[in-house]
Amino acid sequence: MRPLVSPANIAALPVTRIRPPSGWTSLNHRELWNYRELLYFLVWRDIKVRYRQTALGATWAIVQPFLTMAVFSVFFGALVGVPSDGVPYPVFAYVALVPWMYFAAALTQASTSLVDHSRLVTKVYFPRVLVPAAAVAAGLVDLAIAFLVLAGMLLYYGIVPTAAVLTLPFLVILTSAAALGASLWLAALNARYRDVRHLMPFLIQLWLFLTPVAYPSSVVPDRWRPVYAMNPMAGIIEGFRWALVGSGERPGVPLAVSVAVILTVLVGGLFYFRRTERSFVDVL
Amino acid sequence: MKAVIAVGDLGKRYRVGQRRRHVTLRDAMVAAASAPLERLRGARRQAPWIWALRHASFEVMQGEVLGLIGRNGAGKSTLLKILSRVVEPTEGRADIRGRIASLLEVGTGFHPELTGRENIYLNGAILGMRKAEIDRTFDEILAFAETERFVDTPVKHYSSGMYTRLAFAVAAHLEPDILIVDEVLAVGDGAFQRKCLGRMHHVARDGRTVLFVSHNMDAVRRLCSRVMLLRDGQLVADGEPGTVIARYLAQESTQSPPDEWIPLAATSRRGTGEARFVAARYSSLETGFAGYAHSDGPLTFFVTIESDIARTVDSMAVKLSSPSGVTLINAEMMALGQTLGLKPGTNRARIAIRQVHLTPGTYDVGLWLGDSHGRTFDHLDPAFSIDVVDDPLPRFGVTPKGNGFVPCCFQVFQDDGVA
Repeated sequence: MRPLVSPANIAALPVTRIRPPSGWTSLNHRELWNYRELLYFLVWRDIKVRYRQTALGATWAIVQPFLTMAVFSVFFGALVGVPSDGVPYPVFAYVALVPWMYFAAALTQASTSLVDHSRLVTKVYFPRVLVPAAAVAAGLVDLAIAFLVLAGMLLYYGIVPTAAVLTLPFLVILTSAAALGASLWLAALNARYRDVRHLMPFLIQLWLFLTPVAYPSSVVPDRWRPVYAMNPMAGIIEGFRWALVGSGERPGVPLAVSVAVILTVLVGGLFYFRRTERSFVDVL
Repeated sequence: MKAVIAVGDLGKRYRVGQRRRHVTLRDAMVAAASAPLERLRGARRQAPWIWALRHASFEVMQGEVLGLIGRNGAGKSTLLKILSRVVEPTEGRADIRGRIASLLEVGTGFHPELTGRENIYLNGAILGMRKAEIDRTFDEILAFAETERFVDTPVKHYSSGMYTRLAFAVAAHLEPDILIVDEVLAVGDGAFQRKCLGRMHHVARDGRTVLFVSHNMDAVRRLCSRVMLLRDGQLVADGEPGTVIARYLAQESTQSPPDEWIPLAATSRRGTGEARFVAARYSSLETGFAGYAHSDGPLTFFVTIESDIARTVDSMAVKLSSPSGVTLINAEMMALGQTLGLKPGTNRARIAIRQVHLTPGTYDVGLWLGDSHGRTFDHLDPAFSIDVVDDPLPRFGVTPKGNGFVPCCFQVFQDDGVA
């Protein structure tokens, strides 16, 4: 057993102060750091469990974006003739679908995560933010698998990425931050109002139309561009296209707007989540 | 000695009937829209508050093993949940020195699809262990749980006994400065319970501080150096275990007379409430005893059950336990393989025990209604208490003296001196 602190040293032990909730509180990053191993285990569990007892297993991570890409290619690419910035339409669509599907899945999972884990949340204390954070992080494995197929497609179409590919990690982090930021608000709301669960499929669908996944953002009229850029996923998806297949111009301004919007939503979400997490147990 | 837990005027209140599960955004919007109107009318309807815990002040010194006792709903679990930081207090303060581990439930976070090994790591991390700590104690945990052979089998294939043993084993190897335990010893078989108790002893002897809630007075007496009694959210006694336990048993037990319907609607309980006990009556059906049960005599329980819908239940039980919480008789319908058809509204049923093999004394009666899939419709433990009286009639030609007796099958042999 771990040696016990002698009575003389009790004063040296960390003190936990329990007080009634009062308004806004700090984010307490030190405590978050202490619980980093739990975050790791929660992510690890999500990944381990996700495809247990499924016939296709991790293939699902490929099947979904790939089939969606095929449908998009037939209808938008071939039949409607949506422009694709000089890149073959299948690649154009797939490059966008992979990060989009990660974002959509992470957002959906994380938004309902508190309620899904209510057994855990009502029995053990830990920083509640770990629950949505783990849901967002666990989706990264699917993202990585889907990227492998993308590499194959690039090879097939003979597309060689430029040095811009090095910005990929940054774009992935940005996507995670966008999903976490939005889901912090939604998860906190969902603890109290279960409407969020019904809202999610609808929200994701609308959001998809407002994001240049099936079409390039170049089709958006210039005067609508500033409003359009307020959707952080618009800049991110254009960023992925630019980084991987070199289509379009460097999306500097849209990306900068995305970063600003994401930071605002994320920081606001963290504080809002901290403020409401104290009452989760009373309503879960 | 310095206090490791200092609690001052701690309180938690809830809204009566606070079932926020069905609150929707629409309700909130309607309420928000109508609130100013109602305020104008001066008729703001307020749901009443109840205090689950109030004015709790006490200190716990390092190395103390503090038992919390009281009837269901007395505020024990609320206090533990506040100290575990799972719920926030409404008022007051609590300062805790050192690392806390709390065990409000066995197997929190266990995932049925994961193997024993994986769940040990996951559960350990959830309870606050570092990975290095789990690595170090892994073999010990496995040996304690006696599930070495199934370490790489998903726990969904475990028997419920194995599952419980594994879950408790992880918890038993936590090494916090302060351990908070809520009624987890109520699970598992007798041998394993003894093992768990032994382990808790070990933790306590080590000088760690333990807060312990249990209905099992024998366990509390054996384990605790100090006991606090709670009633209706208030701390009513605090001191030496023997004294406080005696006070609890004397004041809190409420014997109900035979042949009278005992209303149960207001009794605290667990379960979904889809079907529930509303009243019960018991009787030996023997006029010579005025309805009282006597040692080795018959005892019949009459129950009135209300059900929301027509349903068939396959698990109903009457449990008799000693005042210290040891179960002595469990008359469970499942053992007979029988079912009970309930119609919507009021139903009557009867459980007849042919012989009550109990010595004279006071016993708690628990009532259970559920199904074999582990669903609990209604569980009252205790629902009420009864007296078992001495049988004054002569048997085998003699009148038993003293404390009554419980017959058992036995033989006597005369042996020669050499074994």
